[in-house]
Parts: sequence; structure tokens; C-alpha cells
Amino acid sequence: MKYVIAVIQPARLEAVKEALSKVEVFRLTVGDVQGLGRQRGHTEIYRGHEYHVNLIRKVKLEIAVNDEFLEPTINAIETAGRSGEEGKIGDGKIFVLPLEEVVRVRTGERGKDAI
Amino acid sequence: MNSLLKRLLVAVPVALVAFLLAEPAWAQDAKPTLNKGDTAWIIVATALVLFMNIPALAFFYGGLVRTKNVLSVLMQCLALTAAMTVIWLLFGYSLSFDAEGMVKDEVNLNSFIGGFGKAMLSGVTPDTITGTIPEILFFAFQMTFAIITPGLIIGAFAERMKFSAMMIFSILWLILVYCPICHMTWGGPGGYFADMGVMDHAGGIVVHITAGVAALVACIIIGKRKGYPELPMPPHNLTMTFAGTAMLWVGWYGFNAGSGLKADGGAAMALLVTHISASVATLVWIVIEWVKNGKPSLLGAATGAIAGLAAVTPASGFIGPLGALVIGMVSGVVCYVFATAIKFKFRYDDSLDVFGVHGIGGIVGTLLVAVFAAEAYGGNAGEVNIASQLGVQSLAVVISVVYTAIVSAILLIAIDKTIGLRTTEDSESEGLDTSLHGETGYNY
Repeated sequence: MKYVIAVIQPARLEAVKEALSKVEVFRLTVGDVQGLGRQRGHTEIYRGHEYHVNLIRKVKLEIAVNDEFLEPTINAIETAGRSGEEGKIGDGKIFVLPLEEVVRVRTGERGKDAI
Repeated sequence: MNSLLKRLLVAVPVALVAFLLAEPAWAQDAKPTLNKGDTAWIIVATALVLFMNIPALAFFYGGLVRTKNVLSVLMQCLALTAAMTVIWLLFGYSLSFDAEGMVKDEVNLNSFIGGFGKAMLSGVTPDTITGTIPEILFFAFQMTFAIITPGLIIGAFAERMKFSAMMIFSILWLILVYCPICHMTWGGPGGYFADMGVMDHAGGIVVHITAGVAALVACIIIGKRKGYPELPMPPHNLTMTFAGTAMLWVGWYGFNAGSGLKADGGAAMALLVTHISASVATLVWIVIEWVKNGKPSLLGAATGAIAGLAAVTPASGFIGPLGALVIGMVSGVVCYVFATAIKFKFRYDDSLDVFGVHGIGGIVGTLLVAVFAAEAYGGNAGEVNIASQLGVQSLAVVISVVYTAIVSAILLIAIDKTIGLRTTEDSESEGLDTSLHGETGYNY
């Protein structure tokens, strides 16, 4: 079992969700986050006062998968999360972590079946 | 039948003689009579001007501050509405509009301030008439101006002033700055500015210059917000600011088109020029930002609208569409320069740009009315000697700026030395909502 954490552009969320459901990954947790990366933020101007906003809004996905779903999941996020053909700085990252245990609260099932 | 005829034969000549005898007096001095159209419109206008302070100005300012201070701003607007109402009733109205002792073209104490003759609305009944409307209504209409003027100032010291200090300052300021300037301008013949021939239809001097200058003085004396300008302090809710702007714009119809106290063509023209000036200043601000920053911002457009509204205020009863176009254009440019470049150059923290928008806008309109009131430029003031009128307007601007600055400074320093103007550093960091009011604006 693996735990996939992906930080993506908020605008790509719908496309990524669709791509994930195509490879039958239906269970995910989504959160609004802010982050610092190579994108280096942007400038906002309020009545001539320039603010450099370096914490940028992103969306974080957290997905627990069984091993055979790992590559399709990564592929789906990678392809659908990319801005345009080439992709842009700021499109985000995917982290994969080993997952020790999963428990379904309602039934008490554990491991592979609980995912 | 016969007796009716007889009675008519007697009654008609008697009535005719009585009418002829009464005629000279009737022609000379018409007894003030109530006009229902005027009264109905000013009732509506009064509601519109109150609406400009709560909720319009409260929303406009509330959106511009940070999340942790939104309630403090709304609270200040609401508390000022209540407090100014009571002061106005007690003696504020009397100090502003008691005409006792005023003599046309004679300068005496009552050229500058009214007495206490109308304190607590003494002697005023529902039947008392001012012009063509009940004096009670005139009192209420003017009250809404006395409410919004201190309300405007709070934008300058937002996010750092103690609530108690704000209340005391505003009350004293209304009595010592607003009431005298209002009396001098609108108190009637014998008022210092009125006798000078100053044109201020709806409060370019009385409202916007006094509030703008007091705001500048206040933000300098109280000092910058902690972390300003290095720390980013972007507006927390521009949708709220937009709503406030739009409500102010609508309310301004009452402000300017009500100030003639009549429901007539003059009111209609005041409404139209108000709208034109606001529109032009909005466009000017959009264009400047578009060219300069590459993107036209909503906040910029909204600020332009308010600048155009403030600037047209003193002129709105005297000018035509041409004057409105020019005033809107000039105020858009000049206020942009003050609210952006000048503020940063001199490094004062007029947090919500009260001076840059209202003070400067008020000055622009107060000067330009001298030109555009003239019939030659589409105004309704007939043959205006533009040069001498410009002199009169400039002198009134200088006097009101200097007087307001000095008295405001004395009040602020006195309050600072006694109870203190500024909240504690911890309270400022935490936000005034929780530290001074014990609540938060958004619980989610």
C-alpha cells in the first residue's frame, strides 16, 4: 500500500479528478493549501501598493492506493495536472510514501480491503 | 335664494377690499409654506444619506481592512451614527443652524458659530418651516451629514485606534470643527463663508475637506500601523468594498440632489452631474491602472468612483454636464496621484486613503466649481467672475484646511496625553475585533 500526496494547481483539480476516476481511483481527500516553490509567487497591487505574494494557493490531494493502482494514479495526476502541453513552473509535485496500515472506521476492516 | 344673492353682493366687495389691502404685505413677504413634493423628496434623501454611513461606508471600509479588524470598523460606523445623533440633538444642530445674532455682511461671533437657541430642538414644532420643508426634517437631513463626516475620518486611523479615544475624538471634533464650518457655510446670511460668496452645494468644504484634513492629521499623529509598509496588509474582502461603493454611489444621489432642499430641476441636475462625475472618475482610474500596471483593478475603479463623487459634491448644485465631465476627470487623476504616489513618498499611513480621496477630491471640486458654475461653461450661476470666485473658493479652502488641521491636532494630542490614542501593541497584533470588542467577524 502506498500513500500518494500531490500538490497541484487549483485550476487543474477538475481534470485530475476526472483522470483519476477513469483509472478507478474514487477515494481521495482534497484540501486548499498555500505553498512556496519555484514559482516564486506573484505581485498584487492595491491602490498602487505592491505586495509580493509568495505563498501561492494550491490544492493538495491525498490518496491511499493498493500497489497495483500506484502507477495509474501517478500517471493520471501527472498528465491531467500539467498546464498546457509543456507544463509550467508551479504545476506541483507528487510524493509517494509507504503506507503501513489502513483501518475503515465503520467496519474495523484493515489493510488492503480497507482502502 | 334671494338672501344668498344678497349675502354674495356684500361678501364679494368685502373680500375684494380685504384682498387689495392685504396684497402689498403678501407680495413682499410670503409666509413660508410647506411644499409636499419637496418634503417627500427630502425624507427620501435623508434616508439615502444615512444609508451612506450605515451600511455603505461601513462596508466600504470594512472590506479594506484585514480580517481581524473588520468588526472594529463596522462598530465605529454604527457607534458614531448613534453618538452624533445625540450630540446633534443636544446642541450640534443649534451650533450649526441657530441664526440668532447673524447679520448679513457683518462679521461677529455668530458668523462663525451658532448659539444654543435651538438646543434640544427648542422652539421647533412639527409646524415650523425651513424653506418649504418642516424644520424637523431639515434637522434630520443635516443630522445625517453630521453622522457621515466623522465616519469618513475613521479610515485614516483604522486598525490601531482605541475605541474610547475614537469616540471622544469624534464627539469633540463634531462640536469644534464640523459645527463651526457648517455654520459658516450653510448657516445662512451672516455666515462667514456664506457672506464671502463661497459655493459649497453639498459639503465639499463642510464634509470632505474637513474629514480629509482631519484624517491626514490623525494618521500622522497616531502613527503608522505596526509593520507598515513592509508587512503586506491587503484588503480582506473586496466584494464587501464593492457593495459599499455601490451603496455610497446610490446614497450620494440623496446627498447632492437633496442639498437644494427642493424637488425640482435643480435637484435632477445635481443627481445627473453627480452620476456623470462618478462615472468619469471611475473610467479615469481604470485607464490609469490599465496603462500603468497592465491590469485594471476593481479596487481602483471603486476608489475612482468615490473620488469623483466627493469632488462633484460642492459643485453639484451649480454645474452642468460639462463641469461634471471635467471634475470627474481631474479628480480621478489627482486623487490617484495622492492615494498612490504621494502617500508612499511621504510615508504616512492614511490606511484607507481618506485624505487622498475625500480631502483632495473635496478641494478639486471646491476650486473647479468657480469655473463650471459660470453660464459660459454650462453652469446655472449666471455671469460668474471666475477669477474672483476662484479667489473666494481658494480662501475658503485655506481657512477650512488650516482651522481643521489645528483644532484636530490639538484634540488628538490632548487625547493622546490623557487616555492615549493607540491601542496596545498586543491588541493591535491580535486584531481589534477580539482585543477591543470580544468577537470575530467570521466563524468558520
